Amino acid sequence: MSSPIQLQPDETFVLNVGPQHPATHGVLRVKMEMNGEYIVDAETVIGYIHRMHEKMGENKTYPQYLMNLSRMDYLGALGYSHGHVLVVEKAAGIEVPERAEYIRAIMVELNRVASHLFWFGAFVMDLGGFSPLMYALQDREYILDMLEAVTGSRLTYCYFRFGGLYNDIDDDFIDAARRFIPRMRKSLIKYDKLVTGNIIFRKRLEGNALLSKETCRKYGASSAVARGSGINFDVRKNEPYSVYPDFDFDVPVYHEGDSLARYMVRMEEMEQSLRIIEQGLDKLPDGPIMPKKKPKLIKPPAGDYYQAVETARGSFGVRLVSDGTKTPYRLKLRSPTYSNMHLFDESCRGMMIMDALAFMGSLDLVIPEIDR
Amino acid sequence: MIIEKTKLAFQKLLPSTEPEPPAVEDPGEEVEEEKGKKAKVKKEPRQNGVIECDYAVHGYHLDAQVAPDQLIEAVTIVDEAEFFIESITGVDWIKEGQIEVVYDFSRYDFDTCRVVIRTRVDRNNPVVPTITSIYAGANWHERETHDFFGIKFDGHPHLIPLLLPEDADFHPLLKDFKA
Repeated sequence: MSSPIQLQPDETFVLNVGPQHPATHGVLRVKMEMNGEYIVDAETVIGYIHRMHEKMGENKTYPQYLMNLSRMDYLGALGYSHGHVLVVEKAAGIEVPERAEYIRAIMVELNRVASHLFWFGAFVMDLGGFSPLMYALQDREYILDMLEAVTGSRLTYCYFRFGGLYNDIDDDFIDAARRFIPRMRKSLIKYDKLVTGNIIFRKRLEGNALLSKETCRKYGASSAVARGSGINFDVRKNEPYSVYPDFDFDVPVYHEGDSLARYMVRMEEMEQSLRIIEQGLDKLPDGPIMPKKKPKLIKPPAGDYYQAVETARGSFGVRLVSDGTKTPYRLKLRSPTYSNMHLFDESCRGMMIMDALAFMGSLDLVIPEIDR
Repeated sequence: MIIEKTKLAFQKLLPSTEPEPPAVEDPGEEVEEEKGKKAKVKKEPRQNGVIECDYAVHGYHLDAQVAPDQLIEAVTIVDEAEFFIESITGVDWIKEGQIEVVYDFSRYDFDTCRVVIRTRVDRNNPVVPTITSIYAGANWHERETHDFFGIKFDGHPHLIPLLLPEDADFHPLLKDFKA
């Protein structure tokens, strides 16, 4: 949105948003230089919950590091674990049974729906609507119960193992998942009526924070931030991994580039995830969940390996540099929100502060994942 | 194919001193084997140049090693070919007395091509030019790499700690770092 008043840089004051502020969804601080209600310049300050996961990666053995990945993003943890186990399996040449890969995909998609649901509730709450959060949490609770029964934890899962899984799914889980899909589809219609068609909601978001394709490319944005700006980029489609080529699903793309487009992309992604879960349950093969032959000690041959996966928040990459020992020589975690958040500073200039907070909500931030 | 195009552009920038590997089909593994053999016989540092890698093994297509002063030109190649920036990081090769700076680039379209550009600098005085004027998104990645490795990005507009505390004077990802 263009500002109707002339900005006068000599009449500015500095406003601190955060580190403890509900709109930032965690310990994130934005130093905003304001001219009245308008932002002249902004500087994002991150690192408040930096835990140096990458150094831990160099000190722990491969299996010891499994639990770290889920501590990065507490809303969509399984996607991150998936990237980590895939890169180590690729490096060490461990074969994964088909059943295990199918269950992984089902679990990751369930987790994606849970993550998007929470984002949906929190985003609408940022804009002043409280009740959608309660509806969203109710649906999310259903997923968390399902995941808890199989993985043993509600948020910080340590479910994937190199070569397979910790626990097989049972009939109870399959029943629950089959019941969940129609229930969730009904809810999506409900959300659509309740929120998407709401005139106040639309007026707030239409034309808010337009991001061009070029901005996305220069900052390396992914997920709904890129797809809301007309970029048809989803790692599951662009660089197919795991069993995703077996599934028939679409990548929702919107060309407007505003916050509403980002919202629409995520809402439609939930339906696509449900389709993947449905197909996964139909096609689920029998068999073991761990390979018969697996090295007791994981020592990938020396070299450089990279794996990207599509998590709930975008393209997550793991770069593994191995020197042939039982601990990685270097483990780089490329987190998607880090790049998505980075373009906030440049893009929020000239916006009103409430528009900027709506924009921030549309980026789907999870701070521990930015800080690592 | 974008892989071929980008490879040619890199080869123009970096005329290879090494003979071309005979089999073009599957060079990734061969390079890997060669490296292993060399490591056993004697350590020979990799020459600057571009290698086409096996995507199924390494997860990227092109691996270009450049000298620090060629970096801007190399990054301009990928920028003009409309790659997006994935990340920047470092690797501390303490035995060789060098730090490697690794730049990852990828593409939004279905002509998939992952490019890794790496450059090696002296461990005691690590300085590389900044690429923030080409990719604005490199800003945080370079600040993070400066935090963790102490690499100085020459010309960076705001090279202060990002993830570490603002008064941090240590670089935790260096191999000789003691907490």
